[in-house]
Amino acid sequence: MTTVTRRNVLKGGTALAGGMAGILASGRAPAFAQGTTVHWLRWNDFVPASDQLLRKELIPAAEKALGIKINLETVNGNDLQPRVTASVQSGSGPDLIMVFNNQSALYAESVVDLSDLAEEVSNREGGLYKYSRAVTSDGKKFNSMPWTIVGAMNAYRKSWFEEIGVTKFPETWDAYYDAGKKLKAKGRPLGQAVSHSFGDPPTFVYPLMWSYGGKEVEADGKTVAINSKNTVESVKFMTSFYKDTCDEGGLAWDDTSNNRAFLSQTISSTLNGASIYIESLRNPDKYITEKGAQLKTDILHAPLPKGPQGQFGLHTFFSHMLMSYSPNQKAAKDLLRWVHTPANYEKWFISQKGFATPPTAQWENHELWGADAVMDPFKVAGKLGQAPGYAGPAGKKAAEVLTKYIIVDMYAKAIQGASAEDAVKWAEDELKKIYT
Amino acid sequence: MAIAETRIYMPGAPRPRLRLLEDERWLAFVLLVPTLALLGMFIAYPFVRGILLSVTNARVGVPGEFVGLANFYKIFNDGIFRTSVYNTFVYTGVTTVFKLALGLWLAMLLNRNFRGKAFTRAFILLPFIIPTVLSTFAWKWMFDPTFSVLNWLLYHLGLITGRINWLGDPDLAMISIIIVNIWRGVPFFAISLLAGLQTISPELSEAAAIDGAKPLQRFWYITWPLLLPVTMVVVLFSVIQTFADFQIVYVMTGGGPANATHLFATYAYQIGIGTGILSEGAAISLAMFPVLFLVVIIQLLYIRRVEVR
Repeated sequence: MTTVTRRNVLKGGTALAGGMAGILASGRAPAFAQGTTVHWLRWNDFVPASDQLLRKELIPAAEKALGIKINLETVNGNDLQPRVTASVQSGSGPDLIMVFNNQSALYAESVVDLSDLAEEVSNREGGLYKYSRAVTSDGKKFNSMPWTIVGAMNAYRKSWFEEIGVTKFPETWDAYYDAGKKLKAKGRPLGQAVSHSFGDPPTFVYPLMWSYGGKEVEADGKTVAINSKNTVESVKFMTSFYKDTCDEGGLAWDDTSNNRAFLSQTISSTLNGASIYIESLRNPDKYITEKGAQLKTDILHAPLPKGPQGQFGLHTFFSHMLMSYSPNQKAAKDLLRWVHTPANYEKWFISQKGFATPPTAQWENHELWGADAVMDPFKVAGKLGQAPGYAGPAGKKAAEVLTKYIIVDMYAKAIQGASAEDAVKWAEDELKKIYT
Repeated sequence: MAIAETRIYMPGAPRPRLRLLEDERWLAFVLLVPTLALLGMFIAYPFVRGILLSVTNARVGVPGEFVGLANFYKIFNDGIFRTSVYNTFVYTGVTTVFKLALGLWLAMLLNRNFRGKAFTRAFILLPFIIPTVLSTFAWKWMFDPTFSVLNWLLYHLGLITGRINWLGDPDLAMISIIIVNIWRGVPFFAISLLAGLQTISPELSEAAAIDGAKPLQRFWYITWPLLLPVTMVVVLFSVIQTFADFQIVYVMTGGGPANATHLFATYAYQIGIGTGILSEGAAISLAMFPVLFLVVIIQLLYIRRVEVR
């Protein structure tokens, strides 16, 4: 048996302290020599079948083809940004990180330019949409590689709308308001999250503001323009729209809440990706309407209604950043190139069943779109989307406005009782801090 | 050192470095080093780094330049920050009063003899033992706007006709997080105060009873003064923890609806880590330091006075 003496303990302690000092001095976690492992961080897909496809089929195939190990980690979408911050600041973390919308502009100094890969895919696939470029590139550098667009459309209950005499989804906000009021009176409200969650809240309020002629900033990207009669009108509309037509729990909803509410049949319509419909297809016998029919047969999709100044859409954009701290940049880029190869990307695209619209034009012609008429409206989401930050560029400042949820909170404040003028004034003050 | 190097050592003799440790003063220092290193790494370093960050315009991935007190000026003019300050005081104040009252009551009950005492004492600790994030998720479901079991219960008991929008209404959301904090904090008060109660000799109370003191008088003139030092320490700990609370609010409301339930910590996190404006986030979290420092000084002075008395 070894005797533990005071001296031995002290020697050990000194060695340990020296080791820690070494780690602290180098400012980097110790790297262990082994085969290259690419750490890929993504969200928990709202279409779980796609995550399964990645884990079971695509990743093993990529590992074999590229001779690397791949560590796929999935987290709640709202946790991606905090992970980016922590990784960039500590100089270590995932090699590839998924981000939403124009968020990669916030991290421009910490990512590798992916222009060559983006142009390669663009040339091969009929061109990247204008929207895809606007949210991932500043014109000189691609801060992230466009991955997909989750189109935001209203999923609505056909039969419930018919019961109040509406046979076609309302085309204007006023008509939608009238229908919603009747539906709420029957205990079947509309559902809309107006909270700090990355997807549904912004995809509703930005287009609403635009459709009334409101905008956060002028085209110069400096002059804050939100405090206009048009924005105030849109806020006033939202206040009564929310009170008279919506499930008022929406102020505390996140992106999953309306899916649950729709599937449990407590709301009649909600702006969402196609995940509700896809879930009803996946489990047709689990979701049965009050008339005994399968819920999937009673769901249709339609774009957000028109306002006085037009009809708009903001669709959640997904892209991957290659982090400049990564010691495996080549392997990580090879992996990105591999998953963007049409044959591989197509498998993933098909598993999404239309939830995801690819960022390039060629995929509009894919046979998947013809297979189910209910999914048809999503086909052109990428072509029609407008980037956050309008009328200015969708860069760093617009991303800060979006991630601080200033436009969302402007509407939420009014719903909670502030006057429309005060809510808009508050947003104007917040925007000025960012833009000027 | 020059002298030491010229000495000739017998083979096998201990080296001078280790001989130094035979000196108790050096040994004491060496033994303190791990604690100092830990405190330095996990408390002093982050604190100093926080101060340095707060006087720059650093963002994630960008070191930034010195901007003086601009960040503090900015946050003091920020409506959401002011709401967070107000919320933090209300949250800490209300929960501490309730936790103390309920905890003391529970401690007094547990201090009596009854069947199943050990089991009950262990059971009471449950809210404190379960990881906060897990239990808060359960509460989040109970307060869910659409699927709240509390609403279901109240509705079926005939107490409400509509739905209570627990987390969607700013005031109710604040009340909800306060309820969860109290639920989580009461066991800590109860068990700590129970430990304090058990150090008080029952003879004192018995003697007072013989002298004709009523239960309330026995509590007020005997138990309470003797329990005060423990109570103050427990309140001190609780105030510090509650003031800097993060998990409950982050999980339940994320600071919403529309920033109505942000506390210092959650707002600092949203700005610093969420949006990546590290400098402003650091300024927000540092802004709570003077308040906490003052609370600690006042309470420690008071504890000392009580102990001296």
